[in-house]
Amino acid sequence: MSFNIQDYYSELNNGDVLLAYKGSISSELINNVLDTIESKLQDFDEHSKIRKKVYNVLVESLQNLYHHIDDLPEEYKREFDERFGILVVSREDERYKISTGNFIRNNHIEDLEAKINKINSLDRDELKEMYKYILNHQKLSEKGGGGLGLVDIARKTGHKLDYSFRVFNDEYNFFILSVYISN
Amino acid sequence: MEPISIEGTAKTPSVQFSPDGVIEIKGRSIPENSVEFYKPLVDWLEEYKSNPLEKTKVNIQLEYFNTSSSKCILDVFKKLEAIHKGKNEVEINWYYEEDDEDMLEAGEDYESIIRVPFKMIEITD
Repeated sequence: MSFNIQDYYSELNNGDVLLAYKGSISSELINNVLDTIESKLQDFDEHSKIRKKVYNVLVESLQNLYHHIDDLPEEYKREFDERFGILVVSREDERYKISTGNFIRNNHIEDLEAKINKINSLDRDELKEMYKYILNHQKLSEKGGGGLGLVDIARKTGHKLDYSFRVFNDEYNFFILSVYISN
Repeated sequence: MEPISIEGTAKTPSVQFSPDGVIEIKGRSIPENSVEFYKPLVDWLEEYKSNPLEKTKVNIQLEYFNTSSSKCILDVFKKLEAIHKGKNEVEINWYYEEDDEDMLEAGEDYESIIRVPFKMIEITD
């Protein structure tokens, strides 16, 4: 049976959820999410260091989605919005969790998984070197992404990237990434 | 040369580039497409580089910047590095808020790439 996005979304959407969204990831949506989370963090009187990390990681997570979501085939376009993605920001056990989900073509999985595994194998100093190398040697893609988003997230959070690929159909998987921010 | 003066928005920083040798970028730099925003700034510096003042003062005070902007900011610094190599003084002040170690480290990353000394300035409340 294929992965059910609605069930997964419901599963994520419990506990201390600050924000949950599923639908089109547009530039406007990104603005709204950032405003909402920023004001919630201010209401919590969260320490500025954590507040900034959450904000930074959220920007990268959303813009990663924005730049990299694979387009779905016609027959799913009625069911799912264009640039369909999910986002859940929650707080559990003194830490913040940002989960994102998006469709990925099966032939893109290998590269992405290799990249994440590489990032997860590096320590803090190695991540810094990787970041600086990509910053200095890689051009921005036409989409505007620079290949730095995941490295930056790993560096800023100090945690491994938690991910999974769930089979959706013959051509697509649903990619889920969770990142944690704690003191 | 005409100065550049741009007001900040929720996603883009305020910019003041003056032919009198003062260059400032302040605020948030988190646009989805950063190239569009930074290209005129890099072009301006390319022109300024051909006839710079003896001393150029650069103030960078960012609250947030995304990885898309980070490459464009490096392009800005590379123009400044060229001016520095041309034996003109370039003073770069990198401001970061108290406790914002990530922003301090970001400044150090740039400093190690472009090899122009940065002055790291902590802003306290």
